[in-house]
Amino acid sequence: MTATMEKNCSSSQINDRLSPKAEAGKNPILQVDHLVMRFGGLAAINDISCSIFHSNITAIIGPNGAGKTTFFNCLTGFYKPTEGMIRMHHEDGTVFFLERMDDFRISASTNLVRTFQNIRLFKGMTVLENLMVAQHNKLVRTFGSAISGLFCSSGYVAREREALDLAKYWLDRIGLIESANEPAGSLPYGSQRRLEIVRAMCAEPRLLCLDEPAAGLNPNETSQMNTLLRFIRDKHAVSIMLIEHDMSMVMKISDHVIVLDYGEKISDGTPEFVRNDPAVIAAYLGTEDLENIN
Amino acid sequence: MNIEKTDRSRCLNESLKASFLAALVAFALSFLVLGVETRLFENKVIVVPHWNYVALIVLTVFVMRFMSVLFSWKRRKPSTDLKRAKKSYFSALFETKFENLLKIFGIALFIFAFFLPFFPFSGRYFLDLSILILTYTMLGWGLNVVIGLAGLLDLGYVAFYAAGAYSYALLSTSFFPFLIEQGYLNPVIMNWIFWICLPLSGISAALLGISIASPVLQLRGDYLAIVTLAFAEILRMILINWDELTGGPNGISRIPHPSFLGIEFNRSPEGFSAIFDLEYSSLQRLIFLYYLIFFLAMLTNVITLRLRRLPIGRSCEAMREDEIACRSLGIDTRNTKLTAFAIGAMFAGFAGSFFAARQGFISPESFGFMESALILSIVVLGGLGSQIGIVIASIVMVGGVQAARRLEFFNTLFGPDFDPSVYRMLLFGLVMVLIMICAPRGLISHRTPSILLQKKKASPADLTLEEQR
Repeated sequence: MTATMEKNCSSSQINDRLSPKAEAGKNPILQVDHLVMRFGGLAAINDISCSIFHSNITAIIGPNGAGKTTFFNCLTGFYKPTEGMIRMHHEDGTVFFLERMDDFRISASTNLVRTFQNIRLFKGMTVLENLMVAQHNKLVRTFGSAISGLFCSSGYVAREREALDLAKYWLDRIGLIESANEPAGSLPYGSQRRLEIVRAMCAEPRLLCLDEPAAGLNPNETSQMNTLLRFIRDKHAVSIMLIEHDMSMVMKISDHVIVLDYGEKISDGTPEFVRNDPAVIAAYLGTEDLENIN
Repeated sequence: MNIEKTDRSRCLNESLKASFLAALVAFALSFLVLGVETRLFENKVIVVPHWNYVALIVLTVFVMRFMSVLFSWKRRKPSTDLKRAKKSYFSALFETKFENLLKIFGIALFIFAFFLPFFPFSGRYFLDLSILILTYTMLGWGLNVVIGLAGLLDLGYVAFYAAGAYSYALLSTSFFPFLIEQGYLNPVIMNWIFWICLPLSGISAALLGISIASPVLQLRGDYLAIVTLAFAEILRMILINWDELTGGPNGISRIPHPSFLGIEFNRSPEGFSAIFDLEYSSLQRLIFLYYLIFFLAMLTNVITLRLRRLPIGRSCEAMREDEIACRSLGIDTRNTKLTAFAIGAMFAGFAGSFFAARQGFISPESFGFMESALILSIVVLGGLGSQIGIVIASIVMVGGVQAARRLEFFNTLFGPDFDPSVYRMLLFGLVMVLIMICAPRGLISHRTPSILLQKKKASPADLTLEEQR
């Protein structure tokens, strides 16, 4: 009910409320309006409204416990938000209301795919199998096609070859083609991070949500990660949304930064704008006023 | 030198301590159960002590425990790096060799099974036992889809076996005869009844699987196991108590036997022996039944192997590894689980209808929890997900236990009064314990990837899809 009510209120108004828009000329791919997520009495997300733009890298930052991962879980359907509306716009004009959809349906039909803070690969399966599982929905469009695979029909074989080519393309990209037949769990940590992102890419997303993609990586691996993310944005026209604690990485690659603190949005804009925003500095370093009171 | 000596004495000390404790526990357990027998003698209860049994048990436990601790202590010693490197090198070598060996063994087993009825030593009993083993192998392969592939612990698999058997029995003894009586169908159809009812009973078992699974698939692990166990018991209770339909505990008898392309195995002029100009022998039907279950089992094998390489099988496996990651990739895990359940149930339905057709008589007694446990232990002992392991496990668990009944060897060991069939459950337990100690992940725990990336030397970019067993 809240969703339908808020549909009427103009979304541009909401977006302009806090700060100048990061990319004024672009269309939003994702619009979040008055999102609230309560766990009992605790509001982990308290009235967040923001827009994510096409072919942008958007970073969500904030101190620990700011509600970043909760925000992600709401977007990807792992949590059902208490209030608010999340709209996803496709290029063809279709609009999806994500707050009403199941988690697997969000990635299957709206092409919003996520990764996890703690890597969730299928560790016992090989690297290649991981990428093939990600293309499940492409391979099994209808019930009939699932059955036809049993008899090695030509249509199925062609589709499988296509899927294999895509997997091979991405493995080449991240330099894991040599270990394609090894169990994913046996890869080094940095490779596992990259593999998880590539696996999400095999599901052909429009918006890719990465939960701390650079966590635990060394500077070298982080710069590799930056290259990969830029490549995904530029060559595949995929919008990326990421949660990150590594500020140097965030400032380097993101086009748009949203800062959360205690479940509320405190700043929203270009990296330069956010870096100089007193509210952000206060959230990270504390304010003079606060110290005076103490 | 000195260090080694203290180490040895410590080792001895510890093993002695552990074995004394084990012996004490064994004494406490066996003292009342085995040691004292109460007998009714002239209207009085007298106690007959069997101290020798207790002593035997306690002594055996003591020695076994002592040995096991001693050996494990020795193994605990850190090996040198060189040794370890050698070992890992050999194990890697062994792995590839092992895979090839398994393949060869599988083919050899297939050929042996194919020609089995024509070997000189395969008499009636041997053939009967082989049919039983093949039935359990088929059930094991079916359950492997649910447990090995999808990772759903199903303790009530026998329910689907029963569903298949009862569907076949009811369809062939009352439903189709009723239609024929009413004149809707030609009586000739009764010659083909098995082949008509086989798919029907498979479908009905699969439907039962879906209807049982759909409300309980929110549950995971142990909870799912308990609920499936309960459902199997419920079904058994229904079979016992719904007298009008299932005949209650008396079961259903006079179930038609399967026919060979519509030809029955009997003495009549239209029978198999008359048509093919052979001497009538009841062995002919047995050989036919053997090939029938062989065919059904191989069908199960081929389909489950193929399934593993299809997206649906791969997503089942992925779901077993990480359900949340699966959902994040857009896979409907609920449907995947239902599919796995339905496929497993369908094969159990086929096996059940074969069972009913072979026996000619079924009753709820054949579908107790013991059957579920046996099939489950075949799958677990064989190694989850391994096809050939399940064959070996079913030979050991079904064949071995049955064979133990007939071994003369025990009588020479324990005297002529010894009846090995009494101890066969004990043997069953012993085999299980031994396998779990020696191979905790099942006899064959090796996993072959469902798809391999292979690069040709000439053109590295070219990809070939290798289909492999």
